[in-house]
Amino acid sequence: MGKDYQKLEFAFGKSSDQSARVPVRHPVVVVGAGPVGLTMAIDLAQQGVPVVVLDDDNKLSIGSRAICFAKRTLEIWDRLGAGQRMVDKGVSWNVGKVYFQDELVYSFNLLPDSGHRRPAFINLQQYYCEGFLYEAAVALPNLDLRWKNEVTAVEQHADHVQLTVETPAGDHRLQAQYIVACDGARSPLRKMLGQESKGRVFRDRFLIADVKMKADFPAERCFWFDPPFHRNQSVLLHMQPDNVWRIDFQLGWDADPEEEKKPEKVIPRIKALLGEDAEFDFEWISVYTFACLRMDKFRHGRVIFAGDSAHGVSPFGARGANSGVQDADNLAWKLKLVLAGKAPDELLDSYATEREYAADENLLNSTRATDFITPKSEVSRTFRDATLKLAKDHPFARRLVNSGRLSVPATLVGSALNTPDRDPFAGSMVPGAPAADAPVRVGNNADWFLSRIGGEFGGVYFSDNGRLPAAIASALGALAQGAIPIRTLVVVPPGAKVDTPPAIAVVEDTQGMLAQRFDARDGTYYLFRPDQHVCARWREFNPDWARAAVARATCNA
Amino acid sequence: MAMTLNIEPNIAAPDDFYEALIETHRDLSAEQSHLVNAKLILLLANHIGDLTALRQAMARARAGVATA
Repeated sequence: MGKDYQKLEFAFGKSSDQSARVPVRHPVVVVGAGPVGLTMAIDLAQQGVPVVVLDDDNKLSIGSRAICFAKRTLEIWDRLGAGQRMVDKGVSWNVGKVYFQDELVYSFNLLPDSGHRRPAFINLQQYYCEGFLYEAAVALPNLDLRWKNEVTAVEQHADHVQLTVETPAGDHRLQAQYIVACDGARSPLRKMLGQESKGRVFRDRFLIADVKMKADFPAERCFWFDPPFHRNQSVLLHMQPDNVWRIDFQLGWDADPEEEKKPEKVIPRIKALLGEDAEFDFEWISVYTFACLRMDKFRHGRVIFAGDSAHGVSPFGARGANSGVQDADNLAWKLKLVLAGKAPDELLDSYATEREYAADENLLNSTRATDFITPKSEVSRTFRDATLKLAKDHPFARRLVNSGRLSVPATLVGSALNTPDRDPFAGSMVPGAPAADAPVRVGNNADWFLSRIGGEFGGVYFSDNGRLPAAIASALGALAQGAIPIRTLVVVPPGAKVDTPPAIAVVEDTQGMLAQRFDARDGTYYLFRPDQHVCARWREFNPDWARAAVARATCNA
Repeated sequence: MAMTLNIEPNIAAPDDFYEALIETHRDLSAEQSHLVNAKLILLLANHIGDLTALRQAMARARAGVATA
């Protein structure tokens, strides 16, 4: 039995900032120590930006809450060194099954091809996710995590923000060049700034029953529309670690949330699904409603919103916590460059633009799924049922069934940071796309492409024959010397030996998947942002183009 | 090129088609007919495939029908 992360309570420690005569100014203060705030803080601290995290509580998540963490989120945590623990503890899955009434209508595989380090999803209770991030955070000397520190006022100034922070040892003032508000759906900071998150509230209620039991369901996502054991509503089943199962029952708008949480109400619902003899214990019961909404602008002066504070979606699609972690991934490198004086403040506006675009994509997917799961009219219900009836024997109809379009990262097409293509390329690795993974070999060790890029700008040069002309090698090496360095990776076919200067790393494209996924030929050069999104690409390498693309991606052009 | 919705005669035997359409609904309740119609629309929509043509058809079907 592992550590019980739900029971951890962190002691309040009085910071020396509280005794300072004048408010101490920090580069970045992150408000909220949930999955998004902790990811944000770890990323900043690892990139060398000292960070203070304030949380009004002194515990991790109570209850399983967010449980589905997507491939892209795991890849971000891999970059921070926190992914493996999540995957080791989590339940990996790729397959989803959809049932209508009493039969299976189809199943789908979210990651049908091999050659990826991470599965489409893992299921992991939020308290483990937060616990592992917490342990990674406290190991960083330049990350100062302060529990029982509640922000009660915020004041924006030209070159800083001043916070009033209440603690068990009284209140004090604190200043920061930038605040990242990761303080959740009810974001107190959002209210303090007089902002709101607007959108659609759905008139439906859902019951989450997380139960502990021995069961032999496979590690797959099972979704039932109108099953015999829960007529006219939907049910979702997910496996979690420690023999915990998430069962999510749609209840309808008229259900009484207090009544529905009572075990005597929940037990018969679960027995209807599992059978009269099923033995289980409750882990967590919750009745929830949801809304699809977002703030108009994710940036307000020196306060930047990330995660649920900025946007909220329905849980079908696992796009809440996952998109929040992607917010952090987008923001950390930009804050680092701006704070170091290597990029203008407007680079932070691109965070807002890019992540507002991503939020809109998530909201659209989430809203559509919700409209399918909870039809709003009789005719909507008729089309929904017709789609499900056709799905069993008609492949086209399976594409219309929407039990949640599961989280995939946004391709930031149209972002001003991208350098548009000048050469033709096939495939999905367009400027703005998060890089695809592929197996590689470094020396004698099997590795993954995504563990070789990220954190800095990365230039990837494909050599088809394993040769690297001296002039190109020297120009690639010189890119590491700029104010914003570009770290080079040369990709060669398996077994090829290439002599490179020490600053240039070499990977073998062991199965040819890397070249295939990036539609690369001899001489193709890709430039990646520190968050592993494609920044620019060409069929030939030109150091001036690469520098210009970095300048563009950092608002220095 | 996106298709334009064809509103000129395109069915070789219109009376045969119409008879078959009505026959499809024989002995069904209104509710059952709604389901059959929905399935029919989905099947035909997939056959057409072109979203521009489908949107034009939806707009034409809706035209002149006031909100309830």
